[in-house]
Amino acid sequence: MSWELLRLHAPALLIAVPLVASFAMPILGRTKLSRGIIALGAMALTSCIAIFLSYTVYTSGVLLYVFGAESPALSIPPDSGGIPIRIIFTIDALSAFMTLIVAIVGFSVFLYSMSSDQRHTGLEGYYTLFLMMIAGILGMVNTGDLFNFFVFLEISSLAGAGLVAFRIEKGKAVEGALKFAVLSTMGALLLLFAVGIFYWQYDALNIAAIASRMQFSLLDQIALVMLVAALAMKCGSVPLHFWTPDAYSMAPSSVTAMLVVSSQASLYGLFRVIFTLYGIKLDWVTVGWIVIALGMLSMFVGVTMAIPQKDVKRLMAYHAISQTGYMLLGVGVGIAVLGDPASLQSYGMAAIDGGLFHIFNHAMYKGLLFLTAGAIIYVTGTRDMNAMGGLGHRMKYTMIFFMIGALAIAGIPPFNGFASKLVIYESVYRFSPVLAIIAMLVSILTLASFVKVFHSVFMGPELPEYDTGREVPLPMLLGMGLLAGIVIVIGIFPAPFIDHLVAPAAQALVNQAGYISAVAGGG
Amino acid sequence: MLSTTFHTGAGYWNPLVWLGVFLLLLVLAYLFWFRGESGYRREGEQTKPFLSGNRAPARGEMHLRASHLYWGFTEAIRGYYERVVPAHTGVLNDYLLWFLGVMSFILVIMVVIR
Repeated sequence: MSWELLRLHAPALLIAVPLVASFAMPILGRTKLSRGIIALGAMALTSCIAIFLSYTVYTSGVLLYVFGAESPALSIPPDSGGIPIRIIFTIDALSAFMTLIVAIVGFSVFLYSMSSDQRHTGLEGYYTLFLMMIAGILGMVNTGDLFNFFVFLEISSLAGAGLVAFRIEKGKAVEGALKFAVLSTMGALLLLFAVGIFYWQYDALNIAAIASRMQFSLLDQIALVMLVAALAMKCGSVPLHFWTPDAYSMAPSSVTAMLVVSSQASLYGLFRVIFTLYGIKLDWVTVGWIVIALGMLSMFVGVTMAIPQKDVKRLMAYHAISQTGYMLLGVGVGIAVLGDPASLQSYGMAAIDGGLFHIFNHAMYKGLLFLTAGAIIYVTGTRDMNAMGGLGHRMKYTMIFFMIGALAIAGIPPFNGFASKLVIYESVYRFSPVLAIIAMLVSILTLASFVKVFHSVFMGPELPEYDTGREVPLPMLLGMGLLAGIVIVIGIFPAPFIDHLVAPAAQALVNQAGYISAVAGGG
Repeated sequence: MLSTTFHTGAGYWNPLVWLGVFLLLLVLAYLFWFRGESGYRREGEQTKPFLSGNRAPARGEMHLRASHLYWGFTEAIRGYYERVVPAHTGVLNDYLLWFLGVMSFILVIMVVIR
């Protein structure tokens, strides 16, 4: 009975647990122990619910949760004129896939933050915002309602901005947070405007309901432009990426790792809008090439801007932009051949597989790299790589974790980044060899950039200023170790991961009819 | 039993074969090292750098810092950096202008030209 109840209400609990813990934190989290129990306990519970929910979706198909209704069969009330008026969570394989990412990275960074941020004051506020951001991201990737997506986007963005500003750092962190908040709000307002356009035309806010009525009128095209620009900016795509290095570099490292996932939730939103909301009705070639162009720019500008950086976190932020380019490239190729069944089957689906696989892999290794950067800053007290050196003598575990993350991001076998990049290279090559060659060149530059970080931070003689330095505390190592383990395991066993998790997510993404019929039929 | 052979659509990839070759090379490297000079000691004069009789600089001065690396690369494409780096002004107004400009550009391509 209790399992059945859990299965029935898991989508609501997924949001309720971090939200309730977030609101309880300022009252109950006054001591280090109570704070740790509430934060880590809530995150662990949320991760368990997320994994359970994902398992249910992968084994039983699309899951509907209709807020305020007795059962999913009431997704469209009999007296609503065929429009789903309640808030509905529509959790297909793609949503489950994204939920898994949030669960894994979220738990790792919470574990890590149990030590990394304990030297600061105001931690009850810190965890309040952190849990709120988790709830926001989970809501974004699971909701089937466009207005609800806007609300969750705002929750995650505002909580994220507060967290970026957490350490103040002579105003620099506050400035980074201000840029993040203003641009996020700008994007969210455009998204809201697009939602208004849909509501005016179709009397609906539900994604499936709008998709089933979509005319691709001039207003729909304008709404699409606003949605693409807003979500491309939120995921840090060049040339809308300017806020990313400012915010990523100034946030505490555990927050930065989660900001990566938050950006990927916006990327999910972009793909959901293109495939599920508009689907085959849009001009797939034009939209596909716009997404590819954004991807190519992100890859190249991201990596070339990373190379001359001296701030370790700023360098990694530019690499996060560059890696987003791979995801945009892979899925962009899938969009560009969406209306050509032969090409879609031949290489388009593989390109989408590669793009989605890279989202997962990037969340793991980039999360790991930001956590290693945090460990370095924890010991040295600086982000300036010119002031570092020889840390490998005393921070052996951190160095190993960094090497795993760096080799994975550069696409070196047998780590997970290689597997997803291989799928992207091969499928994109069949679409356009030039794009695939540029993508490989960017990987070489990524490796070069991380060789620089590795040498300047960990290699060389032990520097006198760090003679007393030592390895970071165990919770930080455990957080990094969890992500490093996943990077290795997926690198060695990519086939089952692709077959059972990535391919169903890609199928769910392109299956617009399945998404619509799930809502219309009540799950 | 988990399959390690990964079919990519155009070919396949097996990480275990790669790991096997990597381990074999490690063993070979170890064998070369094992047959090397047995009198080597980690401590003592022989591990110190020889700088034509000059004193070795302090530890901090010997380390190649981040700024020393890839100077040639950035210098070779200086023209590119001279255009791209100044675009990152750090000014919020500029960021908003970029956002509005790119959105207008996409609007022209997707709605007007198409």
